[in-house]
Amino acid sequence: MLDSISLSSPIVEIRGLTRKFGDKVALNDLSLTVPRGGVFGLIGGNGAGKTTLIKHILGMLKAQMGSVHVFGLDPVQDPVGTLGRIGYLSEERELPDWMRLGELIRYTRAFFPNWDESYAEELRESFDLDKKARIKTLSRGQRARAGLLVALAHRPELLVLDEPSSGLDPVVRRDILGAIIRTIADEGRTVLFSSHLLDEVERVADRVAIIHHGQIMLTASMEELKEQHRRVTLRFEQSLASPPNLVGSLSSTGQGKEWTYFCNGELTQLRSAAAAIGATVVEEAPLTLDEIFISRIL
Amino acid sequence: MQIHITTSDGVPIYQQVVNQIKFLISSGRLNSGDELPPIRVLAAQLLINPNTVARAYRELETAGIVEKRRTAGTYVSEQGSPLARRERVKILAERIDTLLAEANQMGVSIDDVMKLVQKRHEAFQSARNEE
Repeated sequence: MLDSISLSSPIVEIRGLTRKFGDKVALNDLSLTVPRGGVFGLIGGNGAGKTTLIKHILGMLKAQMGSVHVFGLDPVQDPVGTLGRIGYLSEERELPDWMRLGELIRYTRAFFPNWDESYAEELRESFDLDKKARIKTLSRGQRARAGLLVALAHRPELLVLDEPSSGLDPVVRRDILGAIIRTIADEGRTVLFSSHLLDEVERVADRVAIIHHGQIMLTASMEELKEQHRRVTLRFEQSLASPPNLVGSLSSTGQGKEWTYFCNGELTQLRSAAAAIGATVVEEAPLTLDEIFISRIL
Repeated sequence: MQIHITTSDGVPIYQQVVNQIKFLISSGRLNSGDELPPIRVLAAQLLINPNTVARAYRELETAGIVEKRRTAGTYVSEQGSPLARRERVKILAERIDTLLAEANQMGVSIDDVMKLVQKRHEAFQSARNEE
């Protein structure tokens, strides 16, 4: 399955993208490749550039420098060829407030030739959405579900979710995760989602990119990421005021004789560096995605 | 099949699935010939990536614990038992390690621990006989 993903052409290909808002650099010479198939998680703190990046993918912002290709096309020059194949849910979940849900569904359907009526109905029922309800009267959770329905019902090749779970209760978050899983269960579909809720990313993402200060710090498969990052606790023969720098470590905390290192992948290097200065490994454990993220951006 | 996924201790999710299925087999809650849920069904139930479930099933298959049949399902294999025995010993060893560490902390000698284990065993037996 992995081979077939890497062999086909990427869904999103971004090269050297720079974006400034006035003096503020939002994206700084950013390059990113999202392969076809699977779930791609884009993680970063507030203001890291996630939303700006996503707006370029959707053709809502034009590249000032560099290039953006989606399905091999420029989304600004060819919105018809790209947007019709993308389902999108934004953090704000902008929906026309004056419409009733049934109207929203009919209105959105008109834009998408691939609209799947029975799937839309199935989603509406499972989300418990009332056709007659006005959008502006919907609760936060129901509003997110409505947004999800219109993003999914044309069975897009690429589903883009910008902070989909932001501010939502666990029940609605389950629906969103379920929708992501159902989407990629259809062979060849791709989900790109940004989130700062890293436990969700860890559950569903095949690949992860960490974005920080408008640059991609790291792209890896979830598997590689988990295998390469470990927490290693070393015990030294004598108490130390500060921990020695060791090759392969990202950061360290501790006191006295025991210090814990976050390791960046060169685990064997760290082990031999520790052995060389007479320290013994007393504990070793995998890191959560939260811990990996923090050790990478601090 | 009850599996619980947590992302709070860093253990890779596929590993959690593997460990828990092994545990279910070792503890007799899954038996030889039982069918595991299809990949998509388990993924939707646990809210995890289907590829992660596929990886866990592959791992279990390589270890000979489950087998794919022509009918496309995945089943607990017949040879599950010797492996399961090893797994049982491993699970118990981990629990015993925790017990020993705590006993050591509390300054309880190994002889007293053994006596206590024997005593709890007898209490357990008599409670079972009353049932």
